[in-house]
Amino acid sequence: MLVTQVPFVITIVISFISWNSLYPNDIAFGWFQNYINVFTDSTMRESVLTTIVLTVVVVLVSLAIGFAVALLLDRKFWGRGVVRTIMIAPFLIVPVAAALLWKHALFNPSYGLLNGGLQWFFGLFGATAPQPDWISNNPLIAVEVALIWQWTPFMMLILLAGLQSRPLDVLEAARVDGATAWQIFRYMTVPHMRRYLELATLLGAIYIVQNFDAVFTITSGGLGTANLPYTIYQQFFQAHDYGAASAAGVVVVVGSLIIANFALRSVSTLLKEENR
Amino acid sequence: MSAPSIAGSTPRSARSVAKTSTGIRRPKKRAANVWLGVVAWLIGLIFVAPVLWMILTSFHSETDAATNPPSLFAPLTLAGYENFFGAGGASPWPALINSATASVVSTLLVLVLSMPAAYALSIRPVKKWSDVMFFFLSTKMLPMVAGLLPIYLIAKQVGALDSVGLLIVIYTSMNLPIAVWMMRSFLSEIPVEILEAAAIDGASLPTIFRRVIVPISGPGLAATALICFIFSWNELLFASVLTSTQAITAPVFLTSFVTSQGLFLAKVCAAAFAVSFPVLVAGFAAQDKLVQGLSLGAVK
Repeated sequence: MLVTQVPFVITIVISFISWNSLYPNDIAFGWFQNYINVFTDSTMRESVLTTIVLTVVVVLVSLAIGFAVALLLDRKFWGRGVVRTIMIAPFLIVPVAAALLWKHALFNPSYGLLNGGLQWFFGLFGATAPQPDWISNNPLIAVEVALIWQWTPFMMLILLAGLQSRPLDVLEAARVDGATAWQIFRYMTVPHMRRYLELATLLGAIYIVQNFDAVFTITSGGLGTANLPYTIYQQFFQAHDYGAASAAGVVVVVGSLIIANFALRSVSTLLKEENR
Repeated sequence: MSAPSIAGSTPRSARSVAKTSTGIRRPKKRAANVWLGVVAWLIGLIFVAPVLWMILTSFHSETDAATNPPSLFAPLTLAGYENFFGAGGASPWPALINSATASVVSTLLVLVLSMPAAYALSIRPVKKWSDVMFFFLSTKMLPMVAGLLPIYLIAKQVGALDSVGLLIVIYTSMNLPIAVWMMRSFLSEIPVEILEAAAIDGASLPTIFRRVIVPISGPGLAATALICFIFSWNELLFASVLTSTQAITAPVFLTSFVTSQGLFLAKVCAAAFAVSFPVLVAGFAAQDKLVQGLSLGAVK
């Protein structure tokens, strides 16, 4: 309580004050000046936009891949347990380490695995391989790919648990009644999974909105990839603008409160079902 | 359920039933299953490939690691690890020890604090227990980054910057809500009858705790601990802002590799794997309970 709630109150107070620690004598009450700056300052506005794009893309793509993999893993095949286990591995790499791995070992234009693979593949046909500089060409996509790689297992786990909680007898009954696989998917699986999809989306969104590690490591917030957490870090740590950092923080809080409101509702429905 | 409406069968589905019952579609279906299995394997391998590549590269020499096209079958060596742990540059050991201290101590504190809370919320629910639960959860949903500045200022005031103790306090409070939620869902799986039987037999509350609750919910407790450990071990933002030299953690240490430094790929991979190793172990150990933890007990 003391550690999580009180600081937020202090943040709200500071967000109304013009306070740059480099000018300790110029602390004044600035009303909404910091908020006006958040929405008028171009870097701030861009970082709000980047945060939204980054979160939406990463959540939707990893949700889609995660759902597909969960559907595949819900069937019986040889080595299912092994595939499930190796699918989790990306989620269990320390985020900074994962970002370093993508930055240096995969995306690097001269010795990264992606360009190395291209070189090898084109070399088979004696052709010259294109050697793009992945991060400089598409900085935001590079960050998104690394994050999607890390978050797909998370989505997959939640959705797989959802799939396995389908009532088997009802499925069997539908099959006996002659429902095709598509019909079962469309009319039984999807409605059942709606709540799990919601939950995975919302929890994923809450975690990814706050992402700092990947942006910090892969692009250091350059090339239009700075999201709000990174900008707050920068405002506070490099520009020492405490007021602006707090105002941006409050914006993040309000944004996540909106998401969290839906998330709480979705958790509470699942909880009620369980208690029924 | 929409099952009856499906059963109001169209001619097409009726025909497919006829086919299935005569066994015509069986081999086709099995073939499809095999193919889908292959697809699942492929996706799994694509996802794990970067991890395997990281491990393989970490055992290559720097020159082999930096070739293009990549050399898969280069001789293996421990040079990357020797480079990371010993020769050249700062030693990672203080950072690893700080990380271990902060993660383990905060995890233990979280367990001690969340057990009674979870007990009060599941086995003997206090009034309005669900409100309390959602209050706990709501604190987790606020982005920590918004509390960064005040925590920094307070820590500066009391002179707690750059200390492992400060990180322990922060990680404990960061993980407490998750732990309470997880623990509640594990404790509510214990049949009330057992607890009543123990109470009738004259067991006191501490005895029930020690002799009944802990043994039954052991795996759940372990999973909770492992997940809290993972979250603390991974944390970067607070550790990088609140520490500078004395108390830096392993992720903060890793950020020194953000800019390229000539031939260092094997060293980076060794570093990334070494730092991730405890999390991989903890994560695979908690595999079965991982979903329940990550979804805050909402999904089993």
